[in-house]
Amino acid sequence: MAGLVGGVFTAAVAGDEEVLLLSWRASVFGLRVRIALEEKGVRYAYKEEDVFNKSDLLLQSNPIHRKVPVLIHGGRSVCESLVILEYVDQVWDPSPSLLPADPYHRASARFWADFAGNKRSLSVIHGKVCIYGKLQIYECERRIRHNKYKDREAAKEELIGHLKLLEELLGDKVYFAGDSFGFLDIALITFSCWFYTFETFGSFVLENECPRLLAWVRRCMERESVAKVLPSPQEVFKIACMVRKKLGFVDEKEHAF
Amino acid sequence: MLMLNPYQPVTVMSSSESSAMAKQGVKLFSMWASPFGLRVEWALRLKGVDYLYINEDLHNKSPELLRFNPVTKKIPVLVHGGRPIAESLVIIEYIDEAWSDGARRPIFPQDPFDRAQARFWAKFADDRILPATFSVYSGTGEELRKAVEELQEALKTLEGALGGKKFFGGEEIGYLDIAVGWLAYWIPMIEELAGVTVVSRENFQAIHEWFERFLEEEAVKEKLPPKEKMYALNRARREQLISGEVS
Repeated sequence: MAGLVGGVFTAAVAGDEEVLLLSWRASVFGLRVRIALEEKGVRYAYKEEDVFNKSDLLLQSNPIHRKVPVLIHGGRSVCESLVILEYVDQVWDPSPSLLPADPYHRASARFWADFAGNKRSLSVIHGKVCIYGKLQIYECERRIRHNKYKDREAAKEELIGHLKLLEELLGDKVYFAGDSFGFLDIALITFSCWFYTFETFGSFVLENECPRLLAWVRRCMERESVAKVLPSPQEVFKIACMVRKKLGFVDEKEHAF
Repeated sequence: MLMLNPYQPVTVMSSSESSAMAKQGVKLFSMWASPFGLRVEWALRLKGVDYLYINEDLHNKSPELLRFNPVTKKIPVLVHGGRPIAESLVIIEYIDEAWSDGARRPIFPQDPFDRAQARFWAKFADDRILPATFSVYSGTGEELRKAVEELQEALKTLEGALGGKKFFGGEEIGYLDIAVGWLAYWIPMIEELAGVTVVSRENFQAIHEWFERFLEEEAVKEKLPPKEKMYALNRARREQLISGEVS
């Protein structure tokens, strides 16, 4: 039974092994793992981390990167969201299979999931906060949120470019792999709850730029796993503003909330 | 035909179709001095897969390469039965899955947790060790000294993952050995070019011994870039980087 007992989460039992996910409310990487666990019907416990004040458990279970998400299964920790996704797909098999069966389609899903996030991340330790840099889409949004106006414009163009590429990849399909919601959808859908934040800070409207991609977002939001897990765009915006304030960023266009 | 349209047409292949596909031509677009291309070749050799090697001039990329990888435009790109795959670690995983009949041994560990560990460390190496080696390679003075320290710290962490084993894969080389094995060849070269010591037998016994064992492996030793040519190329490029001619 999962539950809060005296301030400590007790881990759920899945089969013989306990499953615990350490993550943060607005982490696009952590949200991927949650959606995957929900899709697979895995019973798990969830522990919310304060990224400005990381728990001992997090620091011990991911001593190298000290980041969320971390999946702790049977006492062993698995780190890096896409690594966790593959692990979850393999352990809780096949109900349903997140990756396609064909090796070429699997390679394609991995290539694009990698393209969207997790390439060459450089952690900048600012106090106890890790800011991820140099990730294709993630960097753009970070630059949009944090940086001066000129760089923000360039970052915005790059971001829209990346999203249009994804839109081309999607084509006329329901999901990226065809009719089945899977690995690449999960890897990409979690960025969608940040779109409102990008649009607000970057002063653009994605519906004008990538309407078919937004239609895919709406389709994904109809899935129980996605609707249950993703925070609302407004909540993410509030969190983004809070993080900016905490990090001491001042914007020439002040956004009150 | 590109990775942009990987699912069209959506056909599920029968096993006889898959094995027919597996026998079809394999082409590798690469560059002779690239560690990323090299590790794909090691994987192909380990699996006993025949392939056509196409060397690219990175300052003048072929139309074929750009057609097969319009997204990142980089090598290596593996083309199998006319379908391209990019990103060396993605390619290596594809090689393991596409050529998985009983006669060929797997590259990846079978256990899910071990697989996750192997993936994690390969990513760590690409995200942390790779930029650190570049900093040593292109650094001078105080920057170089700090870069050496950072690289050593990252290598110490990786050495921990070796855990006293012969190879990262255990008794035989596996995915992680192939993913990080380029260090065995590149680190000594960078040490010589930059005039520093990073990995010595004294401070990195386990890694040092793994370097030696890895370079002796059949799949590896026949497929290393010619030493003099490599050193000349990298010496020239280092000088350009330091003088600020290129970035």
